[in-house]
Amino acid sequence: MNNLLTSGKLFSKTEKTLTNFFEMLGGLTSFSVRFFKEVFLPPYEVEQIRKHMIELGMKTLPIVGVTGFIIGLVIAMQLSPVLKRFGAEAFLPGSVGISIVRELGPVICALIFAGRVSSGIGAELGSMRVTEQIDAMEVSGVNPFRYLVVTRIFATTFILPILTVYVIFISLIGAYIAVVLVQNMTWAYYLDRVIFAVEFGDAIPGVSKTFVFGFIVGLVGCYKGYTTENGTEGVGKASTSAVVVSSLLILIFDMVLVKLSLWIWPVVK
Amino acid sequence: MVEIIDLHKSFDGNIVLDGISFNVDEAENMVVFGRSGTGKSVLLKCMMRLMEPDSGDIKIQGKDVLKLELKELNALRKNIGFLFQGAALYDSMSVRENLEFPLIRNFNLDQKEIDERVHFVLEAVSLLEAIDKMPSELSGGMRKRIGLARSIITKPQLMLYDEPTTGLDPITSKEISVLIIELQHQLKMTSIVVTHDLLCAKIIADRAIVIDDGKIVEEGSINDLVTSKDPFIKNFFSDEIIENNGSII
Repeated sequence: MNNLLTSGKLFSKTEKTLTNFFEMLGGLTSFSVRFFKEVFLPPYEVEQIRKHMIELGMKTLPIVGVTGFIIGLVIAMQLSPVLKRFGAEAFLPGSVGISIVRELGPVICALIFAGRVSSGIGAELGSMRVTEQIDAMEVSGVNPFRYLVVTRIFATTFILPILTVYVIFISLIGAYIAVVLVQNMTWAYYLDRVIFAVEFGDAIPGVSKTFVFGFIVGLVGCYKGYTTENGTEGVGKASTSAVVVSSLLILIFDMVLVKLSLWIWPVVK
Repeated sequence: MVEIIDLHKSFDGNIVLDGISFNVDEAENMVVFGRSGTGKSVLLKCMMRLMEPDSGDIKIQGKDVLKLELKELNALRKNIGFLFQGAALYDSMSVRENLEFPLIRNFNLDQKEIDERVHFVLEAVSLLEAIDKMPSELSGGMRKRIGLARSIITKPQLMLYDEPTTGLDPITSKEISVLIIELQHQLKMTSIVVTHDLLCAKIIADRAIVIDDGKIVEEGSINDLVTSKDPFIKNFFSDEIIENNGSII
Protein backbone atom coordinates (compact mmCIF):
# COMPACT_ATOMS: atom_id res chain seq x y z
CA MET A 1 0.00 0.00 0.00
CA ASN A 2 2.82 2.37 1.04
CA ASN A 3 4.76 1.48 -2.09
CA LEU A 4 1.73 2.28 -4.20
CA LEU A 5 1.32 5.65 -2.52
CA THR A 6 5.02 6.49 -2.93
CA SER A 7 5.07 5.53 -6.60
CA GLY A 8 1.83 7.48 -7.13
CA LYS A 9 3.41 10.61 -5.62
CA LEU A 10 6.58 10.06 -7.64
CA PHE A 11 4.53 9.69 -10.81
CA SER A 12 2.55 12.87 -10.16
CA LYS A 13 5.76 14.80 -9.32
CA THR A 14 7.44 13.58 -12.52
CA GLU A 15 4.31 14.46 -14.49
CA LYS A 16 4.31 17.98 -13.02
CA THR A 17 8.03 18.47 -13.73
CA LEU A 18 7.63 17.28 -17.31
CA THR A 19 4.55 19.48 -17.82
CA ASN A 20 6.45 22.52 -16.50
CA PHE A 21 9.44 21.69 -18.71
CA PHE A 22 7.37 21.43 -21.89
CA GLU A 23 5.38 24.53 -20.94
CA MET A 24 8.64 26.43 -20.59
CA LEU A 25 9.94 25.11 -23.93
CA GLY A 26 6.68 26.18 -25.60
CA GLY A 27 6.85 29.55 -23.88
CA LEU A 28 10.47 30.12 -24.95
CA THR A 29 9.63 29.16 -28.53
CA SER A 30 6.64 31.51 -28.79
CA PHE A 31 8.68 34.23 -27.05
CA SER A 32 11.46 33.91 -29.64
CA VAL A 33 8.93 33.86 -32.51
CA ARG A 34 7.44 37.08 -31.12
CA PHE A 35 10.98 38.55 -30.88
CA PHE A 36 11.68 37.89 -34.57
CA LYS A 37 8.28 39.35 -35.51
CA GLU A 38 8.81 42.53 -33.51
CA VAL A 39 12.53 43.14 -34.03
CA PHE A 40 12.02 44.38 -37.58
CA LEU A 41 9.08 46.67 -36.81
CA PRO A 42 9.48 50.36 -36.00
CA PRO A 43 10.00 52.22 -33.72
CA TYR A 44 13.60 51.00 -33.45
CA GLU A 45 14.79 51.58 -29.89
CA VAL A 46 18.41 52.25 -30.89
CA GLU A 47 19.12 54.36 -27.79
CA GLN A 48 17.82 51.63 -25.46
CA ILE A 49 19.88 48.96 -27.27
CA ARG A 50 23.02 51.09 -27.01
CA LYS A 51 22.34 51.71 -23.30
CA HIS A 52 21.83 48.00 -22.56
CA MET A 53 24.92 46.98 -24.54
CA ILE A 54 27.12 49.39 -22.59
CA GLU A 55 25.50 48.53 -19.27
CA LEU A 56 25.61 44.75 -19.71
CA GLY A 57 29.07 44.81 -21.29
CA MET A 58 30.60 46.98 -18.57
CA LYS A 59 28.92 44.94 -15.84
CA THR A 60 30.44 41.70 -17.12
CA LEU A 61 33.82 42.95 -18.36
CA PRO A 62 35.81 42.61 -15.07
CA ILE A 63 34.52 39.15 -14.12
CA VAL A 64 34.97 37.61 -17.59
CA GLY A 65 38.44 39.21 -17.80
CA VAL A 66 39.61 37.68 -14.50
CA THR A 67 38.06 34.31 -15.36
CA GLY A 68 39.57 34.32 -18.83
CA PHE A 69 43.04 35.14 -17.46
CA ILE A 70 42.88 32.32 -14.90
CA ILE A 71 41.53 29.79 -17.43
CA GLY A 72 44.36 30.60 -19.86
CA LEU A 73 46.96 30.31 -17.13
CA VAL A 74 45.60 27.01 -15.77
CA ILE A 75 45.16 25.39 -19.18
CA ALA A 76 48.77 26.18 -20.12
CA MET A 77 50.02 24.90 -16.74
CA GLN A 78 48.02 21.67 -17.14
CA LEU A 79 49.00 21.06 -20.78
CA SER A 80 52.70 21.76 -20.32
CA PRO A 81 53.69 18.54 -18.44
CA VAL A 82 51.41 16.42 -20.65
CA LEU A 83 52.99 17.72 -23.87
CA LYS A 84 56.45 17.36 -22.29
CA ARG A 85 55.69 13.67 -21.70
CA PHE A 86 55.22 13.24 -25.47
CA GLY A 87 58.15 15.53 -26.32
CA ALA A 88 55.77 18.07 -27.86
CA GLU A 89 56.42 21.17 -25.69
CA ALA A 90 56.80 23.27 -28.82
CA PHE A 91 53.10 22.77 -29.52
CA LEU A 92 52.07 24.34 -26.21
CA PRO A 93 51.16 27.82 -27.56
CA GLY A 94 49.25 26.32 -30.48
CA SER A 95 47.35 23.80 -28.34
CA VAL A 96 46.43 26.43 -25.78
CA GLY A 97 45.42 28.86 -28.54
CA ILE A 98 43.16 26.34 -30.29
CA SER A 99 41.48 25.22 -27.04
CA ILE A 100 40.83 28.81 -26.00
CA VAL A 101 39.65 30.11 -29.36
CA ARG A 102 37.50 27.12 -30.34
CA GLU A 103 35.88 26.19 -27.07
CA LEU A 104 37.01 27.49 -23.72
CA GLY A 105 36.88 31.22 -24.43
CA PRO A 106 33.36 31.24 -25.96
CA VAL A 107 31.77 28.75 -23.56
CA ILE A 108 33.32 30.07 -20.33
CA CYS A 109 32.50 33.63 -21.32
CA ALA A 110 28.91 32.67 -22.19
CA LEU A 111 28.42 30.80 -18.91
CA ILE A 112 29.75 33.71 -16.82
CA PHE A 113 27.63 36.10 -18.90
CA ALA A 114 24.57 33.91 -18.29
CA GLY A 115 25.19 33.92 -14.54
CA ARG A 116 25.66 37.66 -14.38
CA VAL A 117 23.23 38.97 -17.01
CA SER A 118 20.41 36.43 -17.33
CA SER A 119 19.68 36.56 -13.60
CA GLY A 120 19.89 40.36 -13.64
CA ILE A 121 17.42 40.65 -16.52
CA GLY A 122 15.12 38.06 -14.90
CA ALA A 123 15.10 39.96 -11.60
CA GLU A 124 14.70 43.38 -13.22
CA LEU A 125 11.80 42.45 -15.50
CA GLY A 126 10.31 40.24 -12.79
CA SER A 127 10.16 43.10 -10.31
CA MET A 128 8.73 45.35 -13.04
CA ARG A 129 6.04 42.74 -13.65
CA VAL A 130 5.03 42.31 -9.98
CA THR A 131 5.00 46.06 -9.32
CA GLU A 132 2.75 46.56 -12.39
CA GLN A 133 5.33 48.71 -14.22
CA ILE A 134 4.95 46.55 -17.35
CA ASP A 135 1.16 46.95 -17.15
CA ALA A 136 1.63 50.71 -16.72
CA MET A 137 3.69 50.77 -19.91
CA GLU A 138 1.03 48.79 -21.76
CA VAL A 139 -1.87 51.02 -20.66
CA SER A 140 0.04 54.10 -21.77
CA GLY A 141 -0.03 52.72 -25.32
CA VAL A 142 3.64 51.64 -25.39
CA ASN A 143 4.51 48.10 -26.46
CA PRO A 144 6.48 46.80 -23.42
CA PHE A 145 7.69 43.73 -25.31
CA ARG A 146 9.47 45.87 -27.87
CA TYR A 147 10.76 48.39 -25.35
CA LEU A 148 11.93 45.95 -22.67
CA VAL A 149 12.42 42.55 -24.30
CA VAL A 150 13.51 43.15 -27.89
CA THR A 151 16.12 45.72 -26.84
CA ARG A 152 17.64 43.44 -24.21
CA ILE A 153 17.78 40.33 -26.40
CA PHE A 154 19.31 42.38 -29.21
CA ALA A 155 21.91 43.82 -26.82
CA THR A 156 22.93 40.45 -25.32
CA THR A 157 23.15 38.87 -28.79
CA PHE A 158 25.64 41.46 -30.01
CA ILE A 159 27.62 42.23 -26.85
CA LEU A 160 28.59 38.61 -26.04
CA PRO A 161 30.74 38.10 -29.19
CA ILE A 162 32.63 41.32 -28.34
CA LEU A 163 33.20 40.11 -24.79
CA THR A 164 34.31 36.73 -26.13
CA VAL A 165 37.03 38.27 -28.31
CA TYR A 166 38.20 40.16 -25.22
CA VAL A 167 38.19 36.97 -23.11
CA ILE A 168 40.14 35.07 -25.76
CA PHE A 169 42.79 37.79 -25.81
CA ILE A 170 43.04 37.93 -21.98
CA SER A 171 43.19 34.10 -21.78
CA LEU A 172 46.07 34.06 -24.25
CA ILE A 173 47.92 36.55 -22.03
CA GLY A 174 47.26 34.29 -19.01
CA ALA A 175 48.52 31.30 -20.95
CA TYR A 176 51.64 33.20 -22.03
CA ILE A 177 52.53 33.89 -18.39
CA ALA A 178 52.29 30.15 -17.65
CA VAL A 179 54.38 29.37 -20.74
CA VAL A 180 57.06 31.85 -19.69
CA LEU A 181 57.26 30.15 -16.29
CA VAL A 182 58.18 26.79 -17.88
CA GLN A 183 59.79 27.80 -21.17
CA ASN A 184 61.95 30.74 -22.11
CA MET A 185 59.71 32.26 -24.83
CA THR A 186 59.21 35.84 -26.00
CA TRP A 187 55.70 37.32 -26.44
CA ALA A 188 56.32 37.82 -30.15
CA TYR A 189 57.36 34.19 -30.67
CA TYR A 190 54.46 32.93 -28.52
CA LEU A 191 51.96 35.00 -30.50
CA ASP A 192 53.51 33.85 -33.75
CA ARG A 193 53.05 30.17 -32.70
CA VAL A 194 49.45 30.84 -31.66
CA ILE A 195 48.61 32.62 -34.92
CA PHE A 196 50.36 29.84 -36.87
CA ALA A 197 48.24 27.18 -35.13
CA VAL A 198 44.88 28.93 -34.99
CA GLU A 199 43.14 29.01 -38.34
CA PHE A 200 40.22 30.89 -39.76
CA GLY A 201 38.17 27.71 -39.30
CA ASP A 202 38.92 27.80 -35.58
CA ALA A 203 38.21 31.46 -34.89
CA ILE A 204 35.03 31.95 -36.92
CA PRO A 205 32.90 29.14 -35.45
CA GLY A 206 34.26 29.89 -31.96
CA VAL A 207 33.13 33.48 -32.02
CA SER A 208 30.04 32.95 -34.22
CA LYS A 209 28.39 30.57 -31.80
CA THR A 210 28.45 33.26 -29.13
CA PHE A 211 25.76 35.14 -31.10
CA VAL A 212 23.52 32.15 -30.38
CA PHE A 213 24.65 32.00 -26.73
CA GLY A 214 23.99 35.74 -26.32
CA PHE A 215 20.53 35.30 -27.80
CA ILE A 216 19.83 32.45 -25.37
CA VAL A 217 20.96 34.51 -22.35
CA GLY A 218 18.72 37.44 -23.31
CA LEU A 219 15.78 35.28 -24.33
CA VAL A 220 15.71 33.16 -21.17
CA GLY A 221 16.30 36.12 -18.83
CA CYS A 222 13.55 38.15 -20.49
CA TYR A 223 11.13 35.21 -20.66
CA LYS A 224 11.58 34.34 -17.00
CA GLY A 225 11.27 37.97 -15.89
CA TYR A 226 8.41 38.94 -18.21
CA THR A 227 6.28 35.97 -17.14
CA THR A 228 6.98 36.25 -13.40
CA GLU A 229 4.06 35.45 -11.07
CA ASN A 230 3.52 35.28 -7.31
CA GLY A 231 5.11 38.52 -6.14
CA THR A 232 8.62 38.87 -4.76
CA GLU A 233 8.97 35.10 -4.30
CA GLY A 234 8.39 34.75 -8.03
CA VAL A 235 11.11 37.33 -8.76
CA GLY A 236 13.69 35.23 -6.86
CA LYS A 237 12.60 32.09 -8.68
CA ALA A 238 12.70 33.85 -12.07
CA SER A 239 16.22 35.07 -11.42
CA THR A 240 17.55 31.68 -10.30
CA SER A 241 15.86 29.63 -13.00
CA ALA A 242 17.02 32.09 -15.67
CA VAL A 243 20.64 31.19 -14.84
CA VAL A 244 20.00 27.45 -14.68
CA VAL A 245 18.01 27.27 -17.93
CA SER A 246 20.27 29.59 -19.92
CA SER A 247 23.45 27.76 -18.79
CA LEU A 248 21.92 24.41 -19.69
CA LEU A 249 20.75 25.66 -23.08
CA ILE A 250 24.19 27.14 -23.79
CA LEU A 251 25.82 23.73 -23.22
CA ILE A 252 23.19 21.89 -25.30
CA PHE A 253 23.48 24.34 -28.18
CA ASP A 254 27.28 24.21 -27.90
CA MET A 255 27.14 20.48 -28.63
CA VAL A 256 25.00 21.05 -31.71
CA LEU A 257 27.04 24.02 -32.94
CA VAL A 258 30.39 22.22 -32.49
CA LYS A 259 29.11 19.36 -34.63
CA LEU A 260 27.81 21.84 -37.19
CA SER A 261 31.06 23.84 -37.29
CA LEU A 262 33.16 20.68 -37.67
CA TRP A 263 30.96 19.74 -40.59
CA ILE A 264 31.38 23.17 -42.23
CA TRP A 265 35.08 23.68 -41.31
CA PRO A 266 36.59 20.19 -40.81
CA VAL A 267 39.88 20.17 -38.84
CA VAL A 268 41.97 18.25 -41.40
CA LYS A 269 45.51 19.11 -42.52
CA MET B 1 -18.80 56.97 -22.13
CA VAL B 2 -18.35 53.50 -20.60
CA GLU B 3 -20.67 50.55 -20.97
CA ILE B 4 -19.99 47.21 -19.31
CA ILE B 5 -22.33 44.43 -20.43
CA ASP B 6 -22.66 41.05 -18.70
CA LEU B 7 -18.95 40.68 -17.93
CA HIS B 8 -17.73 37.29 -16.72
CA LYS B 9 -14.25 36.35 -15.55
CA SER B 10 -12.97 33.38 -13.57
CA PHE B 11 -9.57 32.02 -12.55
CA ASP B 12 -9.19 28.22 -12.36
CA GLY B 13 -12.93 27.78 -11.85
CA ASN B 14 -13.09 30.52 -9.20
CA ILE B 15 -15.69 33.02 -10.44
CA VAL B 16 -14.54 36.61 -9.89
CA LEU B 17 -16.92 38.58 -12.12
CA ASP B 18 -20.33 37.04 -12.64
CA GLY B 19 -22.37 39.09 -15.08
CA ILE B 20 -21.34 42.65 -14.20
CA SER B 21 -23.21 45.36 -16.14
CA PHE B 22 -23.20 49.12 -15.62
CA ASN B 23 -22.86 52.42 -17.49
CA VAL B 24 -20.83 55.51 -16.71
CA ASP B 25 -21.86 58.79 -18.30
CA GLU B 26 -19.51 61.47 -19.57
CA ALA B 27 -17.86 63.55 -16.80
CA GLU B 28 -19.43 61.28 -14.17
CA ASN B 29 -17.46 59.89 -11.21
CA MET B 30 -18.36 56.29 -10.49
CA VAL B 31 -17.02 54.52 -7.39
CA VAL B 32 -16.80 50.72 -7.24
CA PHE B 33 -16.92 49.24 -3.72
CA GLY B 34 -16.37 45.66 -2.68
CA ARG B 35 -14.45 43.44 -0.29
CA SER B 36 -10.89 42.39 -1.10
CA GLY B 37 -10.73 39.71 -3.80
CA THR B 38 -14.16 40.50 -5.26
CA GLY B 39 -12.69 41.38 -8.63
CA LYS B 40 -12.72 45.18 -8.56
CA SER B 41 -9.15 45.48 -9.89
CA VAL B 42 -9.84 42.66 -12.36
CA LEU B 43 -12.73 44.74 -13.69
CA LEU B 44 -10.41 47.70 -14.36
CA LYS B 45 -7.77 45.44 -15.92
CA CYS B 46 -10.37 43.89 -18.23
CA MET B 47 -11.42 47.39 -19.29
CA MET B 48 -7.82 48.12 -20.33
CA ARG B 49 -7.44 44.63 -21.88
CA LEU B 50 -4.62 43.81 -19.47
CA MET B 51 -6.78 40.73 -18.85
CA GLU B 52 -9.20 39.06 -21.23
CA PRO B 53 -12.67 38.44 -19.77
CA ASP B 54 -14.32 35.06 -20.37
CA SER B 55 -17.40 36.70 -21.89
CA GLY B 56 -19.29 39.98 -22.05
CA ASP B 57 -18.73 43.31 -23.73
CA ILE B 58 -16.87 46.47 -22.80
CA LYS B 59 -17.59 49.66 -24.73
CA ILE B 60 -15.53 52.79 -24.18
CA GLN B 61 -16.30 55.90 -26.22
CA GLY B 62 -18.50 53.69 -28.39
CA LYS B 63 -15.65 51.30 -29.23
CA ASP B 64 -15.93 47.61 -28.49
CA VAL B 65 -12.70 47.21 -26.50
CA LEU B 66 -12.57 43.41 -26.72
CA LYS B 67 -12.75 43.42 -30.51
CA LEU B 68 -10.10 46.08 -31.18
CA GLU B 69 -6.84 45.28 -32.97
CA LEU B 70 -3.68 46.10 -31.00
CA LYS B 71 -3.10 49.32 -32.95
CA GLU B 72 -6.66 50.56 -32.36
CA LEU B 73 -6.48 49.45 -28.74
CA ASN B 74 -3.28 51.44 -28.17
CA ALA B 75 -4.92 54.48 -29.77
CA LEU B 76 -7.85 54.14 -27.36
CA ARG B 77 -5.51 53.58 -24.41
CA LYS B 78 -3.92 56.99 -25.08
CA ASN B 79 -7.28 58.54 -24.11
CA ILE B 80 -7.44 56.62 -20.84
CA GLY B 81 -5.43 57.26 -17.68
CA PHE B 82 -4.80 54.50 -15.15
CA LEU B 83 -3.58 55.04 -11.60
CA PHE B 84 -2.27 51.75 -10.26
CA GLN B 85 -2.56 50.73 -6.62
CA GLY B 86 1.20 51.02 -6.06
CA ALA B 87 1.54 53.92 -8.55
CA ALA B 88 3.76 51.67 -10.78
CA LEU B 89 6.40 54.35 -11.35
CA TYR B 90 9.31 53.18 -13.52
CA ASP B 91 12.08 52.56 -10.99
CA SER B 92 14.93 53.18 -13.39
CA MET B 93 13.63 56.61 -14.46
CA SER B 94 13.52 59.93 -12.62
CA VAL B 95 10.19 61.67 -11.98
CA ARG B 96 10.75 63.85 -15.04
CA GLU B 97 11.49 60.80 -17.25
CA ASN B 98 8.44 58.98 -15.85
CA LEU B 99 6.25 61.89 -16.85
CA GLU B 100 7.90 62.42 -20.23
CA PHE B 101 7.73 58.73 -21.17
CA PRO B 102 4.10 58.53 -22.43
CA LEU B 103 4.43 61.91 -24.18
CA ILE B 104 7.63 61.06 -26.05
CA ARG B 105 6.29 57.67 -27.11
CA ASN B 106 2.76 58.62 -28.13
CA PHE B 107 2.55 62.28 -29.05
CA ASN B 108 4.38 64.35 -31.57
CA LEU B 109 5.29 67.18 -29.20
CA ASP B 110 8.41 69.34 -29.15
CA GLN B 111 10.55 69.54 -26.00
CA LYS B 112 9.06 72.91 -25.00
CA GLU B 113 5.52 71.51 -25.00
CA ILE B 114 6.66 68.41 -23.10
CA ASP B 115 8.36 70.59 -20.45
CA GLU B 116 5.23 72.72 -20.12
CA ARG B 117 3.02 69.69 -19.57
CA VAL B 118 5.47 68.17 -17.06
CA HIS B 119 5.52 71.41 -15.07
CA PHE B 120 1.72 71.76 -15.28
CA VAL B 121 1.00 68.29 -13.86
CA LEU B 122 3.69 68.56 -11.19
CA GLU B 123 2.23 71.89 -10.06
CA ALA B 124 -1.23 70.31 -10.06
CA VAL B 125 -0.05 67.62 -7.63
CA SER B 126 2.12 70.14 -5.70
CA LEU B 127 5.36 68.23 -6.29
CA LEU B 128 7.36 70.43 -8.63
CA GLU B 129 10.38 70.14 -6.31
CA ALA B 130 10.49 66.36 -6.89
CA ILE B 131 11.09 66.68 -10.64
CA ASP B 132 14.63 65.26 -10.61
CA LYS B 133 14.13 62.71 -7.84
CA MET B 134 14.08 58.94 -8.36
CA PRO B 135 10.96 57.00 -7.33
CA SER B 136 12.94 55.30 -4.52
CA GLU B 137 13.42 58.74 -2.91
CA LEU B 138 9.66 59.39 -2.69
CA SER B 139 7.20 58.55 0.11
CA GLY B 140 4.05 56.48 -0.55
CA GLY B 141 1.87 59.56 -0.82
CA MET B 142 4.33 61.30 -3.14
CA ARG B 143 4.50 58.22 -5.36
CA LYS B 144 0.70 58.19 -5.63
CA ARG B 145 0.72 61.90 -6.58
CA ILE B 146 3.41 61.36 -9.23
CA GLY B 147 1.49 58.32 -10.49
CA LEU B 148 -1.57 60.54 -10.75
CA ALA B 149 0.45 63.23 -12.53
CA ARG B 150 1.71 60.64 -15.04
CA SER B 151 -1.84 59.40 -15.67
CA ILE B 152 -3.23 62.85 -16.44
CA ILE B 153 -0.27 64.19 -18.42
CA THR B 154 -1.76 62.85 -21.66
CA LYS B 155 -5.03 64.71 -20.88
CA PRO B 156 -7.17 61.55 -20.86
CA GLN B 157 -10.94 61.67 -21.19
CA LEU B 158 -11.39 58.66 -18.90
CA MET B 159 -9.49 57.98 -15.66
CA LEU B 160 -9.40 54.63 -13.90
CA TYR B 161 -8.19 54.62 -10.29
CA ASP B 162 -7.25 51.34 -8.60
CA GLU B 163 -7.39 51.90 -4.82
CA PRO B 164 -5.96 55.44 -4.95
CA THR B 165 -5.81 55.85 -1.15
CA THR B 166 -4.82 52.35 -0.02
CA GLY B 167 -1.81 52.26 2.29
CA LEU B 168 -1.90 56.00 3.01
CA ASP B 169 -2.61 57.75 6.31
CA PRO B 170 -6.06 59.41 6.65
CA ILE B 171 -4.75 62.94 6.02
CA THR B 172 -2.82 61.97 2.87
CA SER B 173 -5.82 59.88 1.73
CA LYS B 174 -8.06 62.91 2.04
CA GLU B 175 -5.51 65.07 0.19
CA ILE B 176 -5.33 62.55 -2.66
CA SER B 177 -9.14 62.32 -2.83
CA VAL B 178 -9.49 66.11 -2.93
CA LEU B 179 -6.75 66.27 -5.58
CA ILE B 180 -8.58 63.69 -7.71
CA ILE B 181 -11.84 65.65 -7.59
CA GLU B 182 -10.07 68.96 -8.28
CA LEU B 183 -8.30 67.52 -11.30
CA GLN B 184 -11.55 65.94 -12.45
CA HIS B 185 -13.28 69.33 -12.41
CA GLN B 186 -10.29 71.02 -14.04
CA LEU B 187 -9.83 68.49 -16.86
CA LYS B 188 -13.51 67.43 -17.24
CA MET B 189 -12.67 63.73 -17.11
CA THR B 190 -14.91 60.73 -16.53
CA SER B 191 -13.66 58.61 -13.61
CA ILE B 192 -14.08 55.09 -12.33
CA VAL B 193 -12.60 54.65 -8.86
CA VAL B 194 -12.13 51.29 -7.16
CA THR B 195 -11.79 51.77 -3.41
CA HIS B 196 -12.61 50.58 0.11
CA ASP B 197 -12.28 54.09 1.47
CA LEU B 198 -15.68 55.60 2.27
CA LEU B 199 -14.23 59.07 2.86
CA CYS B 200 -12.54 58.96 -0.54
CA ALA B 201 -15.81 57.80 -2.12
CA LYS B 202 -17.78 60.50 -0.31
CA ILE B 203 -15.46 63.16 -1.76
CA ILE B 204 -15.30 61.75 -5.28
CA ALA B 205 -18.47 59.82 -6.12
CA ASP B 206 -21.45 60.97 -8.11
CA ARG B 207 -22.65 57.37 -8.06
CA ALA B 208 -21.41 54.09 -6.60
CA ILE B 209 -21.86 50.36 -7.06
CA VAL B 210 -21.08 47.57 -4.61
CA ILE B 211 -19.78 44.23 -5.87
CA ASP B 212 -20.09 41.01 -3.87
CA ASP B 213 -19.54 37.43 -5.09
CA GLY B 214 -18.88 38.79 -8.57
CA LYS B 215 -22.28 40.52 -8.83
CA ILE B 216 -23.46 44.09 -8.36
CA VAL B 217 -25.54 44.02 -5.18
CA GLU B 218 -26.34 47.73 -4.87
CA GLU B 219 -26.15 50.85 -6.96
CA GLY B 220 -26.88 54.49 -6.10
CA SER B 221 -25.46 57.56 -4.39
CA ILE B 222 -23.20 57.18 -1.35
CA ASN B 223 -26.04 58.31 0.91
CA ASP B 224 -28.31 55.66 -0.63
CA LEU B 225 -25.70 53.01 0.12
CA VAL B 226 -25.01 53.93 3.74
CA THR B 227 -28.72 54.03 4.53
CA SER B 228 -29.38 50.76 2.68
CA LYS B 229 -31.36 48.07 4.54
CA ASP B 230 -29.50 45.26 2.74
CA PRO B 231 -27.60 43.28 5.47
CA PHE B 232 -24.40 42.98 3.38
CA ILE B 233 -24.34 46.70 2.54
CA LYS B 234 -25.11 47.61 6.16
CA ASN B 235 -22.30 45.36 7.33
CA PHE B 236 -19.91 46.70 4.68
CA PHE B 237 -20.34 50.31 5.73
CA SER B 238 -20.89 49.76 9.47
CA ASP B 239 -17.20 50.07 10.52
CA GLU B 240 -16.79 53.29 8.59
CA ILE B 241 -19.96 54.72 10.12
CA ILE B 242 -18.92 53.77 13.67
CA GLU B 243 -15.57 55.45 13.10
CA ASN B 244 -17.43 58.66 12.30
CA ASN B 245 -19.84 58.51 15.29
CA GLY B 246 -22.66 57.01 13.35
CA SER B 247 -22.67 59.37 10.39
CA ILE B 248 -20.58 59.69 7.28
CA ILE B 249 -18.34 62.71 7.06
